Amino acid sequence: MESLSNKRKLIESKPLNFWERAYLPAIISGLSITMKHFFRKPVTISYPEEKREFSENFRGMHSLKRDENGKERCTACGLCALSCPAEAITMTAAERQKGEEHLYREEKYAAVYEINMLRCIFCGLCEEACPKEAIYLDGDIVPADYLRKDFIYGKDKLVEAPLNQ
Amino acid sequence: MELGDIIIKFILVVIIFAISLVVAMYSTYAERKIAAFFQDRIGPNRAGPWGLLQPLCDGAKMFLKEEIIPTNASAFLFIAGPSLAILTACLGSAVIPWGQNIQIGSRVVELQVADINVGVLYIFGVVSLGVYGVMIGGWASNNKYSLLGAIRAASQNISYEISMGLSIIALLMLTGTLSLRELAAQQHDWHWNVLRQPLGFLLFIVCAFAETNRTPFDLPECETELVGGYHTEYSSMKLGFYLFAEYINMFISSAVMATLYWGGYNYPGMDWVLVHTGPTIGPLIGVAVLFAKIFLFIFFFMWVRWTIPRFRYDQLMDLGWKVLIPLAIANIVLTGLISNYL
Repeated sequence: MESLSNKRKLIESKPLNFWERAYLPAIISGLSITMKHFFRKPVTISYPEEKREFSENFRGMHSLKRDENGKERCTACGLCALSCPAEAITMTAAERQKGEEHLYREEKYAAVYEINMLRCIFCGLCEEACPKEAIYLDGDIVPADYLRKDFIYGKDKLVEAPLNQ
Repeated sequence: MELGDIIIKFILVVIIFAISLVVAMYSTYAERKIAAFFQDRIGPNRAGPWGLLQPLCDGAKMFLKEEIIPTNASAFLFIAGPSLAILTACLGSAVIPWGQNIQIGSRVVELQVADINVGVLYIFGVVSLGVYGVMIGGWASNNKYSLLGAIRAASQNISYEISMGLSIIALLMLTGTLSLRELAAQQHDWHWNVLRQPLGFLLFIVCAFAETNRTPFDLPECETELVGGYHTEYSSMKLGFYLFAEYINMFISSAVMATLYWGGYNYPGMDWVLVHTGPTIGPLIGVAVLFAKIFLFIFFFMWVRWTIPRFRYDQLMDLGWKVLIPLAIANIVLTGLISNYL
């Protein structure tokens, strides 16, 4: 059969010559290679103490943003949950009452907002879908835990800290 | 032999026993650390400063693990296997001369447990007993992998003992003694046997690798093919004994190589040092030199382990029977000719 590309490599197996069969020269050159590595700087990053720098567009843990007055931006429209391919986001909407204007920007807000971090694939589609610029994946790596239920993050973990604190 | 001598011998035995155990313990640490350095890593560094407490943690872990004896295993032999392995590993240290006679107070102490006139033969006897521990353990486990590993170990050890013995004969033709004490004394200053027997040393060290089951001859326990070989069924400290026996074997064979070929406790300019430091400190420096040589050999063992892949089984047997034995015989003939006609 004609080959599709004209790249071809002839492989021949020559019998070993005397020095190759004697093992020792090969072993000595191998030993010198490993000795070079012995004095090389280790590439290890001791993780919890040292962290590798993230790239600029790294997508980590989600955070729910506040506006310049410290009000929550999310208005519980549900577009993020709709766009989520892993179906990791659920929320319950509630109406803003009188006297809560300093807490929520719009009349409707998310009373419960939960992301299952075991389902989330960190694709960033919720970020793109959000019309209110309320959710960003700008956090750290999601930490390990022991129980599945502890991976369902509620508003206590997701909402940004208030401004004046 | 008076009571004082017996007490001194007893203390010496305890010290040597403790040293070989500590060296074996920290060999496991050194192995992991050195492996890490060869692979551009850091190695254990969490337990204590620089991970120095790692061997203790490993030991504690070994003791706390559940001890399992398979239902169909022969329980007595199953326990006898690792015991024999570690016993024979420790026995070898008895005839090694650790230093010149040392003067403590008014008493002159020999730094050797037993100066028997067949020391070299004794070492060989103990080394060949070592295969029983592996063989019995592998057979008693009632497991095919273990049995395969044990058979590999037995045939490998037997094959390489022959060329090891032959490589030593050439050395004995030159020195004319079997006593390790005299062998060490003959290599005074810089008259090390390796200068007269380079080929013999090369053969000996290759065989030592095979006898201690170290890479590239670690077929008895090759993890990738035999799931651990002869100690597949072992758990807890019985497994620890097998692993420990390997490191003690490494220590003892390094000591034997240093004594037979690399001058033991001798070093260039030792007479001058002995005169200037006195009969107590001087021999101790010799002991330190011997240990430096031993640690270099242990490092070499590990260096080779993390460099060379393991042989295929037929290659191993080819090397043993078709290369090493003829070379050893040629070495004997050459040594005979040279020492007679030159």
